[in-house]
Amino acid sequence: MIETVVKVDLPVDEMLQIRKMRLQPENGGNGRRISIVTGIHGDELEGQYVCYKLSDYIRKNMKYLAGTVDVYPALNPFGIDSITRGIPAFDLDMNRIFPGNTEGDMNEYLAAQIVRDAAGSDLVFDIHASNIFLTEVPQIRINELHADSLVPYAREANVDFIWIHGASTVLESTFAHSLNAAGTPTLVVEMGVGMRITQAYGDQLFAGIVHLMKRLGIWKGEDFDVRTPIVSADNEDVGFLNASTSGIFLKNVEHGAVLKKGDLIGRIVNPLTGTVADEITSPADGWLFTIREYPVVSEGSLLGRILYGKENSV
Amino acid sequence: MEKKILFKIKALYRDDFRVSGFSFGSGEKAVCIVGSMRGNENQQLYCCSQLIRKLKELEAKGRIHEGKEILVVPCVNPYSMNIKKRFWSIDNTDINRMFPGYDEGETTQRIAGGLFEAIKDYVYGLQFASFYMPGRFVPHIRVMKTGFEDVELAKKFGFPYVVLHTPRPFDTTTLNYNWQVWETKAFSVYTTFTEEIDRASARQAVEAVLNFLRKTDTIDYDGFEGYVSKVVSTEEMVTVRNRTAGFFEGKTGAGEHVRKGQVLAYIADCYEGNVTDEICSPTDGTILFTHAEPRVYQNTAVYKIIPEKDEW
Ligand SMILES: [Zn+2]
Repeated sequence: MIETVVKVDLPVDEMLQIRKMRLQPENGGNGRRISIVTGIHGDELEGQYVCYKLSDYIRKNMKYLAGTVDVYPALNPFGIDSITRGIPAFDLDMNRIFPGNTEGDMNEYLAAQIVRDAAGSDLVFDIHASNIFLTEVPQIRINELHADSLVPYAREANVDFIWIHGASTVLESTFAHSLNAAGTPTLVVEMGVGMRITQAYGDQLFAGIVHLMKRLGIWKGEDFDVRTPIVSADNEDVGFLNASTSGIFLKNVEHGAVLKKGDLIGRIVNPLTGTVADEITSPADGWLFTIREYPVVSEGSLLGRILYGKENSV
Repeated sequence: MEKKILFKIKALYRDDFRVSGFSFGSGEKAVCIVGSMRGNENQQLYCCSQLIRKLKELEAKGRIHEGKEILVVPCVNPYSMNIKKRFWSIDNTDINRMFPGYDEGETTQRIAGGLFEAIKDYVYGLQFASFYMPGRFVPHIRVMKTGFEDVELAKKFGFPYVVLHTPRPFDTTTLNYNWQVWETKAFSVYTTFTEEIDRASARQAVEAVLNFLRKTDTIDYDGFEGYVSKVVSTEEMVTVRNRTAGFFEGKTGAGEHVRKGQVLAYIADCYEGNVTDEICSPTDGTILFTHAEPRVYQNTAVYKIIPEKDEW
């Protein structure tokens, strides 16, 4: 059943609605609930496929559904509709306004109603797709403050990588942080690239979600095997590669590549002069879990992230 | 006056990205003034240009105190200004959410880091700032409460109001906040406009900065003494919101005194023109901020009022 989570009147003949699909057995189910949320960033579309696939699969196999599945495919409908990462008209990153405020402006109000609706789920997935600049292997990012409660779920989610990162004040205003702080376990998935859909990654995450539904007693049907992710809890073992100069980046390897020290990752070239401005090589053995997708770079642009250590290969 | 390049990045097809500074006097790093950081901050850029013009005159007359240096950075983001984009040209990030910066990080982190390295050792830091919501302000000085704030000093600008602001999570990456963390006494100067240039409030702001420079023993200046500032915290301010979306017809402007119950604005239906909401003041006071766009979304903070306290 499609439900409206929150709606507000817009100035010119339009109603803004954030909607979800609620899937439940006819008897209402056992009270357990998983929520799949995506579309906070309007240019990240990988979650669209996951929402479609999960909803389609469950609706065709309703007899196995024991609990509640809430699917929120578009938290920022204006952004998705206009290829805008943030909230158009406000130039605002929606993932910096949580937990919102029911007495606040339109966006704060929307944020507060979304949090109210999703809170109390046994587990929430917040699916992101990096941005238009970078491609990521399927991974879950966890704030170290919530590592104890989240890592056990993340290990079962069929992702390749779990990255436990340091706490930062700025991240306190994200959707996931607000829910985690309120005791609703929320996993942030980053996978693929902005403005595109990588179906293989969607299929992979779908299997992880169904597996966790099974573990949570929400699903009585078929289970899927999940892979064992690499877990990084040490910020020292993740290396960032930033452009030393401006130019056009040509990648030499794909994300997920296992690298030896000195392997060529890519080149920054200058089409005006026809020269190579820089060659980017791996500073050590490791696993390239992020690579630059968007070719235009300026000094400082992120080109890739490496998890160091030769045992780190999937 | 000495013009220096504080930070530079080489681009592929554009001219070098440069952050330029204008230095007056020499010696102790006394006061740094930063102007526009976003591509729409015309008023902030204009204020700096007027300040530079004035400081040039004062320097020629020997009015800058021996052993004191003043640095003015009129624009931190010429790239965005020149293409009329509010945030960073390629990834839309806001430089004023990147402090203290990082010299090995992303482009805007490097810009913030490069600038901060050049300006973090000043005793006083002033920024001509703009608000995240579009609207008009009564000129005021804003001070972030970090434990290092200095309200008495903020009064030295001689502005009618000093607004004390409790930082939210995203404020911790602004220039003002990080200046204070590095023990620079930091103040944000708000004038009425951002995109449009308003010469009257720009002049008032420049005078206030010169006033501040005089009172902190940095220059000799014979100017307007200013007001005795009233200090108000953001928690004390009364926010007035509209109930319906539609055309915004403001009846009162920033700086006006209003009475409880007075009509501040009407909201009208965008198709049929009928009034759908009448916005009344919940208190006696002075309007600090007003919404300034033709249309308004539901429940927008269209007015911020400084309530009148009982005199005694
Ligand atoms: Zn995202």
